[in-house]
Amino acid sequence: MVNYYVRRTARVFATIFLVASLTFGLVRLLPGGPFTLLRAQLLRQGVPAEEVDARIANLQNIRPDAPLWRQYVDYMLALVQGNLGESISLGEPVTAVLAGAAPWTIFVVLVSTILVFVVGIFLGSLQAYWEGTRFDQLVSGVSISLMSVPFYVVAVVMLYVFAYQFGWLPTAGTVANGVERELGVPFVVSALKHSVLPILSYTLGAAGGQALAMRGNSIQVLGNDYVQVARLRGLSDRRIATRYVARNAILPMYTGFLLLLGFRLGGTVILEQIFSYTGLGYYMISALNANDYPLMMGTFLVITVALVLGVYVADLTYSKIDPRISAGESDEAY
Amino acid sequence: MKHTESESVDWRSEGSSAPDLTTGERARELYEERIRTPFLVAWADWRTRLGALIIGGYLLVALVAVLGLWREPSTSQAPRYLMLFENMNYPLGTTASGTDLAALIIHSTPDILLMITAGAVWATGVAVAIGTLAGYKGGRVDRTLMSVSDLVMAIPGLPLVIILAVTLNPENPILLGIIINISYWAGLGRSLRSQVLTIRENDYVEASRTMGVSTPRIIVKDIIPNLMPYVTVNFVFAARYVMFASVGLYFLGVLPYSTQNWGVTLNFAYSGGALFSWSAAHWLLAPMVAIMGLSLGLILLGQGMDRVFNPRVRTRMAGESKSTATDDEDAGVTEVL
Repeated sequence: MVNYYVRRTARVFATIFLVASLTFGLVRLLPGGPFTLLRAQLLRQGVPAEEVDARIANLQNIRPDAPLWRQYVDYMLALVQGNLGESISLGEPVTAVLAGAAPWTIFVVLVSTILVFVVGIFLGSLQAYWEGTRFDQLVSGVSISLMSVPFYVVAVVMLYVFAYQFGWLPTAGTVANGVERELGVPFVVSALKHSVLPILSYTLGAAGGQALAMRGNSIQVLGNDYVQVARLRGLSDRRIATRYVARNAILPMYTGFLLLLGFRLGGTVILEQIFSYTGLGYYMISALNANDYPLMMGTFLVITVALVLGVYVADLTYSKIDPRISAGESDEAY
Repeated sequence: MKHTESESVDWRSEGSSAPDLTTGERARELYEERIRTPFLVAWADWRTRLGALIIGGYLLVALVAVLGLWREPSTSQAPRYLMLFENMNYPLGTTASGTDLAALIIHSTPDILLMITAGAVWATGVAVAIGTLAGYKGGRVDRTLMSVSDLVMAIPGLPLVIILAVTLNPENPILLGIIINISYWAGLGRSLRSQVLTIRENDYVEASRTMGVSTPRIIVKDIIPNLMPYVTVNFVFAARYVMFASVGLYFLGVLPYSTQNWGVTLNFAYSGGALFSWSAAHWLLAPMVAIMGLSLGLILLGQGMDRVFNPRVRTRMAGESKSTATDDEDAGVTEVL
């Protein structure tokens, strides 16, 4: 039992370490390498040549003239101390930029993913209950149609209708200008207003897919013997619906939740750009357009860490939810 | 005693040729019962038929482009901002620079089809290889492969694709399709593995093993045919993911483009202010409809297939990650981007 948790926790660190090494390698693969562009930029700004190297070392936590292994060690040591270098385009420490951005992304992804599941499970179970009825066919049709619309198309259409045409909701940003960025009623209201469209457009299509999955699972569970037996035992309908059917239909979806989380965290790159929503994805693209490698790689790293932690939490809770799995047992059962 | 000895000799001499025959027959039987029949059943489902028709339509459009039956898109080839069906020479209207929209849409199609096919072949191919090998071999091979795929699953897809795209600057649609689905195989491989765990317990696999049939042969002859249905379904979803992701990234303008693509059209329309005026709305709508049509076709095809064979085999996992233990039609793999 304990053994499993220890192993699983160790794997989180191993994964983060490997991804950090990967980013180190990727920076070196990028066109022109990490330093050429920077050097040109600094020289353009009139920084004396001998100072340029020192500045670069400062920006990237790497001494460009050091051997590769040395650079790698320096980079890793800086990471451990939570130092991601300095953003070139914004002139602030990357950590500071991302600390301000990460909560927004996590908020949108988490809320919309939970909504996807709640809506999907609710609709899917109703469909399974009324299988074959007009309602079932209608919801299935709508779900399939929604699934074929990419979320960014939904986002663009919603932005057009609700923000530009009706003016009900803001067109860009996370909080209105002039609202104090401190926890208070105006701040929360403004933040919620700004997040409605990103969250909605990120929920619609995926919810359709989840509804279909839930419907399939429920129909399958309903056909199982133990549901019949429970009925014969005279258990109440409510108990059967929640304890027997819902539970067994939802479990397999939990697995999909992990994969979904990864896809959705990555997808914010497109979503946030459309709404100019200054989260992690937004900064990643703007860093890319500005050739701001420290910021770009830092964003990539932070998104990955968020995902790894999400999967980790999900993994640990899964064994709590599914009684058939006792953590730590690793023998195969067929 | 002698009699039994001779019998046993007989049995051995026959044994050398028997496995080939039986596995060959087995494969044919499997094909009959696992591929041909389900295919017929699937075809009876209206969704499969409609999906296949839609995809067929797109193939035709691609053919039109390849054979050059429609004019190439170029600026100032027509009056600016023609509306839909305003001028029948330019049925979809024109853009701000007087480019024929229909030409843009048609000439984007071949590359997009190439891209999604390449991406889907790559993703499902790698997933099948990894999943069957890990599931069948078990032990250290299994552990290693699953650790690798867990690591890959931990890297968010699109950001990685963006970084790779900037690094490699791929302009070849096939390469681009592979890059977009570079890590798609991980989740799929995992679910395939859990199915293989069940399949490998079947008696005929056991029989092949005791007869000393080689591992690659068992995988190809006995195991993969059993996975085919599931693979087909996920092939479709992988293809859809490539399309959504690629169009999305073109739309953002982060992918290098040498040829036309619906996403590029979207990008131009969006930055050209098509969102704010009715006279340009069709410019934004045409690529959107093209995208939705193709993905609808793919989804219907996948749905139809899924209905026929949904092998929800649930096995307990041997691996570390308990949550990926159970297998389902993988809500995650059918994720809408």
